[in-house]
Order: sequence, then structure tokens, then C-alpha cells
Amino acid sequence: MTPSRTAGAVLAQDIPAPHIEYGQIAPILVVFGVAVLGVLVEAFAGRRLRYPIQVPLAFAGLIAAFVWTVWMGVGDEPHLVAAEGALGVDGPTLFLQGTILILATVSLLLISERSRSHFTPQASALPGTEAEQRSATSGNTQTEIFPLMMFAVTGMIMFPAANDLLTMFIALEIMSLPLYLLCGLARRRRLLSQEAAVKYFLLGAFSSAFFLYGAALLYGYAGSVRLGVIAAELGTDAGSETLLLGGVALLTVGLLFKLGAVPFHMWKPDVYQGAPTPVTALMASCTLVAAFGGMLRIYYVALENLRWDWRPALWGVAILTMIVGAVVAITQTDIKRMLAYSSIAHGGFLLTGVVAASTDGLSGSLFYLAAYGFTTVGAFAVVTMVQDDAGEAAHLSRWAGLGRRSPLVAGVFAFFLLAFAGIPLTSGFTGKFAVFKAAIDAGATPLVIVGVLASAVAAFFYVRVIVVMFFSEPEADGPRVVAAPATAAAVALGVAATVVLGVLPQPVLDMAGHAASSMFVR
Amino acid sequence: MNDFPWLSVLLVLPLLGAITVALLPRGRDALAKQTALGFAAATAVLGIVLAFRFDSGGPRFQFTQSTPWIEAFGVDFALGLDGVALTMVVLSVVLVPLVILASWRDAERSGGTGVPPKRSVKTYFALILALETMMIGVFAATDVFLFYVFFEAMLIPVYFIIGSYGGPQRSYAAVKFLLYSLFGGLVMLVSVLWLFPLSSRKVSEGGLGAATFSFEELSGMTIEPTTAKWLFLGFFLAFAIKAPLVPVHTWLPDLAQQAPPGALVLIVGVLDKVGTYGMLRFCLELFPGAAQWATPVVLGLAVLSIIYGAILAIGQVDLKRLVAYTSVSHFGFIVLGIFGMTYAGQSGAVLYMVNHGFSTAALFLLVGFLIVRRGSARIDAFGGVQKKAPVLAGLFLVAGLSGLSLPGLAPFVSEFMVLTGTFTQYRVAAVLAAVGIVLAAIYILWMYQRTMGGPATEQVSGLSDLSVREKVAVAPVIAVIVVLGFFPQPVLNVINPSVETTQTVLDRPGFRPQITGDVAENGARP
Repeated sequence: MTPSRTAGAVLAQDIPAPHIEYGQIAPILVVFGVAVLGVLVEAFAGRRLRYPIQVPLAFAGLIAAFVWTVWMGVGDEPHLVAAEGALGVDGPTLFLQGTILILATVSLLLISERSRSHFTPQASALPGTEAEQRSATSGNTQTEIFPLMMFAVTGMIMFPAANDLLTMFIALEIMSLPLYLLCGLARRRRLLSQEAAVKYFLLGAFSSAFFLYGAALLYGYAGSVRLGVIAAELGTDAGSETLLLGGVALLTVGLLFKLGAVPFHMWKPDVYQGAPTPVTALMASCTLVAAFGGMLRIYYVALENLRWDWRPALWGVAILTMIVGAVVAITQTDIKRMLAYSSIAHGGFLLTGVVAASTDGLSGSLFYLAAYGFTTVGAFAVVTMVQDDAGEAAHLSRWAGLGRRSPLVAGVFAFFLLAFAGIPLTSGFTGKFAVFKAAIDAGATPLVIVGVLASAVAAFFYVRVIVVMFFSEPEADGPRVVAAPATAAAVALGVAATVVLGVLPQPVLDMAGHAASSMFVR
Repeated sequence: MNDFPWLSVLLVLPLLGAITVALLPRGRDALAKQTALGFAAATAVLGIVLAFRFDSGGPRFQFTQSTPWIEAFGVDFALGLDGVALTMVVLSVVLVPLVILASWRDAERSGGTGVPPKRSVKTYFALILALETMMIGVFAATDVFLFYVFFEAMLIPVYFIIGSYGGPQRSYAAVKFLLYSLFGGLVMLVSVLWLFPLSSRKVSEGGLGAATFSFEELSGMTIEPTTAKWLFLGFFLAFAIKAPLVPVHTWLPDLAQQAPPGALVLIVGVLDKVGTYGMLRFCLELFPGAAQWATPVVLGLAVLSIIYGAILAIGQVDLKRLVAYTSVSHFGFIVLGIFGMTYAGQSGAVLYMVNHGFSTAALFLLVGFLIVRRGSARIDAFGGVQKKAPVLAGLFLVAGLSGLSLPGLAPFVSEFMVLTGTFTQYRVAAVLAAVGIVLAAIYILWMYQRTMGGPATEQVSGLSDLSVREKVAVAPVIAVIVVLGFFPQPVLNVINPSVETTQTVLDRPGFRPQITGDVAENGARP
């Protein structure tokens, strides 16, 4: 026996190689692999080749991951904790991952739009300089967005699966950092875009710090960052309550920031407005789903036994979020800002599902996320279509009479708005019904009443946009509708999903119910 | 043929028409109108066939069908008609083709008050047909969730009709209408949601064992009184806004002033009936105890509506606003009949809903014809019309007289039944309501006098009488008003069994302690 072999044997004994269930976490790995490949393409492929390689690669990665997720969901294998307990692969995870992947695919349709690109060819060129003009006329296309987006999606599908706080934090960062960059890449109104990026970065970094601090305090309380261990520790009634409550509070702040719940919503309107609209679509759908997924896991797994402490706080946050989102949206004159506040209000509606803390609440929230995600992507896709010479015509007044000029596009947008408002026969109504039903079942009737009143207020500003589009006279030099094929496909998918989930929601409700029935693994 | 899904066909037919009309190429306006009329007429024929197939001695709900829709919520796509719903459906399907005929040129004008808006003509008719589907659906739904879906979805076509084809203030009126209705609907949603956990309670706890929204099953459920009161209020607010009762009526006059007259026939004539229909069907049968508890206040609001609506009607200078306020007054009568809780009153109220539908339809159609001729809806824009257009003026007089419930015309029968029914239970309310009849004579006759009577003014010198198309549109309505004035019994035969069921629900022990044998006898049969 040679010394080296002995050392090897000792090592193998002391530090066992982690057991990784590659099959279970394949979707994450596939998307991550595509992101890495994308970086390599950027480094080695020629300028002209990059776009034709990146786009199919990204689509292939997302679709492959989605198919794998669906296959796992159909396969009905026993749910388990994978990768040495770092990731929980269970019903809700698969549903959320599937939702994120499909929504990311639809967003990718918008991002890959080439005929009138939404992204600046060279982000480092200062606005208003010669360098910027040169890069603008060079005809180059920005292709780094594809690997960046893939990294972000990796983080998003990891976030709701993360079974311990550290993994969750890493997922949070993988998700956020590329998004900060993507926000600053708008082709037009670049200062606004860069301001959005900086704002998002600073506030995001701040909230990440809150999250991390909270995780540290909880580690101090439970002696582990594993969600299941924290839950078990709560059952024993041991440990320092100060650490526990402080940790939960800070953790919650970090999560609520990502959701954009009031009072941590300040970034949302600015970022949504400044970011390139396809990126806004990605954030408004996928990031929201991921953030809620992580939130649901933490509250349903780790803090379930602490329900009586966190529920009142979330009640307050939900009420504030619904009211502030709906009321402030009324005063907005920019479509994207309005949709941002609408997203805040919807975050509030979703929180009522979290507050329900029941299987019904979980399945309702899952359905709501899927329904809302599709409608949102569709709505932002329409926003990218309405353009004038300076790019997107985001100011509400510019949309006057759009219904007369392009009845189809305006009609579709009106339909999305009605879905946001929760009119029956749209997915928005089904989703709202599902979460409100769960909340009433769980005894949160006052919350539902506030939700319903906020819906009535929200209806006002959705309807106002319809009034502008259909009932006012068109301007002479109004914006025109540029219907590029990929964008049109994204809109069509959004409409289809909004109709189907509104008229025949049963299959998806079944899926959500099935996913929720097993709850989260510990 | 008993299993034939009659109601689904009835529901789909106008929807199919709406889609067909919407898909017609631009510029084929005449074809769009003819197609719309064809589909509406076919629906009307089918509806009338259903009315004849209805067996008034049979089970309460007929033509029933039920398919599971959203199992996760316990929702069925369940349709069925009882007598009350049947009369409402027939009212809708009969009025729609007439409205289409009457508003043949409305879409090209803007609410009849100048400003040609150049709007898509086919969209107008497509929206009317879509609205017809919703109206049939809302009356035919026997699942509370499905009812709610139609109740809310109905708002959207109306919103677009007013917003796109109304007068100068159309978007204000459309938004006000939508927000009022949506608010009411959302409050009702809380009540609907609440039914879910209630029905899914165990049978031993008073629930139904499984979550359901089926009306018939829910009406057999016992609900704890305090909860029932809240649920009742949620439903009632939505219906009171719809009906509309004072003080939540303010959207109606604004809407009436702006909406195209044809659409107004459907909105005031049929759509608002959903409010009173819902009170009778849902408020009373699902929450009989709570309804009893709320009766004094509701009756007060009803009397207030009758008198306040009538007084405001007298003061109006706009014809459409005037007719809208008369409707507020009439809806007061209907609510009075329903919440008087007597058999005669409720039968009368349902009959009133039918009669008011036709009577208001006639008034709005004729007012529409007047507006088309003058380009204004103001009363002072007319004067001495009967010299120039005797047929128009004559029909207007008949329609007006039906509005003031002249004996021999349909509304008289129903108003009489409502008042006698209410009188047996709530004398003061009935006596106060009777004041409304006097006021009705003032607002109708004074309006007639100012617009039609006297020497022909210069303003109406060029006024032409009704065209053949207009006569065809309004004649059936006037005919119905006269016929029902003398022979209301066939309609009552259809209505009465349903009202009897409502009465049995109300007669459950403990709900009507104040009835003495004598009074019950008086109020027992119309």
C-alpha cells in the first residue's frame, strides 16, 4: 500500500462525494449549461454568427428543460430532496419550474426579436456620445443578452426549489445579477434604462443583504440553514426567540422586495419603466413566479409552525400592497408604470393565497401565477408593438384612438386588461377566485373584502386605458403598430392561455391541485 | 327530445351570429345588419318554441342540462328555466330582433345627437348579439357561479356599445356604468365565494357535504342567521345597483342620456331586470330569513325610488333621461312587490318585469325615432308633433299611457297586483307607493303635451311619420302591451308555479310570524 493510496482512502472516507440526483435537477443543469455555452459562443463565434447560434440554443435549452420538467411531473416519481438536501424536487417545484420555463420561452420570443431590436448594440457606450452613434450605425446586434437571460432563468428555477437558505440565497443572486444588467440595455431612452439598472442594483443588493442577515439569524436559532431543520426546531420550542423573529423578519423583507410588495415596492415602477420592455416582461412574469415560489416554500415548510406569528404581518402587507398598488396606479400616465403598479396590486392578491396557508391556498397561488404570467407577458408584448419614431409609445395619451387604427391589437390589449381586472371568462377571474376562495376558507374574509374593493379600484385604471384606446379620437401622428412575427406569436400565446385558463381552467387547476396535494417536501 | 340541449342551442345561436357578423368584411354593412337580424329572428323563434313547450304544471326547472365545468370549484355548466326565467328569456329574445330593426341606422349616428362618429356598423350588431347570449345565459343559469359569470361578462358588451356608439359624454357614462356594476358584482363575489366553504361543510353541520354552486342544492342549505345577513347584503347590493334602486341609481340617467336608444331598450328593458330577478331568485330563496330581516329597509328604498324617481322624471328636459327616471320609479314598484312577500305581490312583480320590459321598449324605441328625426333628445326641441306625424304621436301616447298604468294596458294589471299584494302586508308602503301613480300621470301626460300636443312648431315642420321599418319594429311591442292588458292569464300561468315555490320557501316556520289567517287568505291568490 503506497502512502498516496492511503491518503486517498482516508479522504474518501472523511469527505464522501456528494450524491447528486442528476436526473431530478436536470432542468436547472440544462439551462445553466446553455448559459455557459452561450458565453463560449460570445467568446469564440464571429460577430455575425452569434445571433443565429444564440437564439436556437436558448430556445432549445428552455424547451428541453421544460419537456424534462413535464416528464418528471407526469412520471409521478416519489418526490425527494435532491443534491444532499439542497434542492427539493416536489410537486410545487415542478409546477413552478414548468411555469417559469414556459413563460421564459415566451419572453425569449420578445427578446430575440431582431427586426426592431429593443437592446442597445453596445451598453458601454455613453449615451449621447460619438461612440454611441458609431455603435448604433454599425448594425451590430446585442447577443450577450441570451446567456445573461439563461443565467437569470437558472436562478429563477433554482429559487423555488432551494431547500436551504444558503442555496436560496445563491439562487437569488444568480437570478438577480443578470437582471440588473439586462435592465440597463435599452436601445432608446438609455438614461432612463441605466437609471433603472442602478436603482434596481442598489436596492436589490440592499435587500439581498437583508435576506442574508435573516438567514444568518435563523442559523443562529436552529443551528442549520436547512428549511426542514428550522421547522423541526420550531416544534421543539427551544432556542432564542429573538434570533428567530429577527431572522424571519429580515428574511421576509428580502423576499417581499423581490415580489415588490408594499412597502418594498419602490423599485418596481422605475425599473419596469426603464428596462427594455422584453426584459420587463421577463421580470414581471418569471421573477414574480420565482419569488412567490421561494416565499411559499419558506412559509409553508420552514415557518409553518410559526403561522400565528407571521400571518398577521402578512395580512398587513397584503392589504397595503393591494390598496397602494391599485390606488397609485390610477395616477399613472405611462403604460409600463401602470402595469408595474398593477403588478404590485396583483402581488397583493397573490399574498392572500399565501396567507391562507393551506393546500387550497398553495394550489390557488400556483394557478394564479401561471395565469397572471401569461397575461403579463402578452400585455408587455403588445406594449412593444405600439411604436412611433422615438421607439415605444409608452405614454398613455399616445394610445388615443388605437382601437380605431388597429382594432385587433387594441382589442387584444383590452382583453388582457379585462383579464387583469378579473372579468369572468378570463384567466384573471379564475385565478382570483381560486386564491380568494382559499383565503375565505382559511377565515381571512376581511382580507378578501379588501381584495375585492381593491379590484374595483383597479378596474378603474384598466378601464381608463380601454377608454383611451377605443372611445377617444386618434391623433394625426399617432403611433403605428409594428407586428413582428415573434412578438405576434408571444401575443397569440398570451391570448390563448388567457382564454383557455378562463373558459376551461379545469386541467390546469387539476395540475396545480395535484402539485399542491403533496405539498413541499421537507 | 327531452334531452335535447335546447338552452345551449339558444345560448350559442346569437353568439354564433355575433361571431359571423364580426367576421364579415368591412364595408358590407347592409349584409351585417341582415345577418344579425336573421340570427336574432331565429333565436326569437326558438325562444318562443321553448315557451310553448314549457309545461307550467311540470317540474320547476325545465329544459335542464348540466355538465361539470370547473370541478375544482364545484361548478357545473347548469342551465334550466323556471317560469320567471322563461318569461325573462322570452322577453329578451323577442326584443332583440325588434331592436336590431329599430336601430338599423343607429350605428351610423352617434346616440342620435349629432356628431357622426364613423364607427364600425357590424361591430354594433355583433355586440348586440353577444349581449343577447349573456342575457339568455344570466336568466338560464341554475348554478350560482355560472350566473355570476354571465352577470359580470354581460357588462363588457354594454360598455363597448355605450362607449363607442353613445352621445358626446359617452365615455363618462360608459365608465360610470361599468364601475358601478363592477363594484356591485365584486361585492356579490364575496358572497358567492362564501357559499363555497358553507356548502362544503358536513351535512351534520348544516352544509351539503361537498362544495357546490347548484342553486337548487344551495337553497336547501341552512345558514347561520348572521352569516346569512352578510351574504344577503352582498347579493342585494349588486342587484340594487343593477335594478337600480335609489340611492345607487345615478348611473342610469347618465347612461340613458348617452346610450343609443336601441341599446337602451335592452339595457333598461331586460338587463336591469337581472337585478329584480336576482332579488326574487337568490336573495329571497337562498337567504329567506335575512330577506325578512331586511324587508323594512328594502321597502323603504322601494317607496323612495317610486316617489323620488317620479318627481325627478317630472323635472327632466331630456326625453331619454325622463324615461330612465320613470324606470327607476317602476323598478321601485317591482321591488315593492317582491319584498312585500305576498303571493299576489310577487306574481305581480314578475308580470311587471315583463310588462315594463315591453312598455319601456316601446317608449325608448319611439323616443329613438323622434331623436333620429330632430337630432336632439330635448323636450323643447319638439312641439305639436301629432300634427305632422300622427302615427308616431299615437303610438307614443299608447306607450306613454302604458307607462302610467292605464287600465286596459299591460302594466295596469301588474301594478294593481303589486299594490294589492303589498297592501295586505304593509299598508303604509302600499299607500305611499300609490302616490307614484299620480306622479306618473303628471310626467307622462306633461311630456306628451309638450312634445306632441299644441300647434306644430317650426322646429318640427320637416318631421316625417314612421317608416314601414319603424312601424314593423314597434308594432309588435304595442300589440303585446294591449294583449297583455286584457289577457295576462297565460303569462301568469307560467309565472305562478315558480312564485309558489318561492312562497313555500318563505313559509318555512318562523319567517312570517305576523301573518294572520285573514290576511294570508287575502294575499293568497291573485
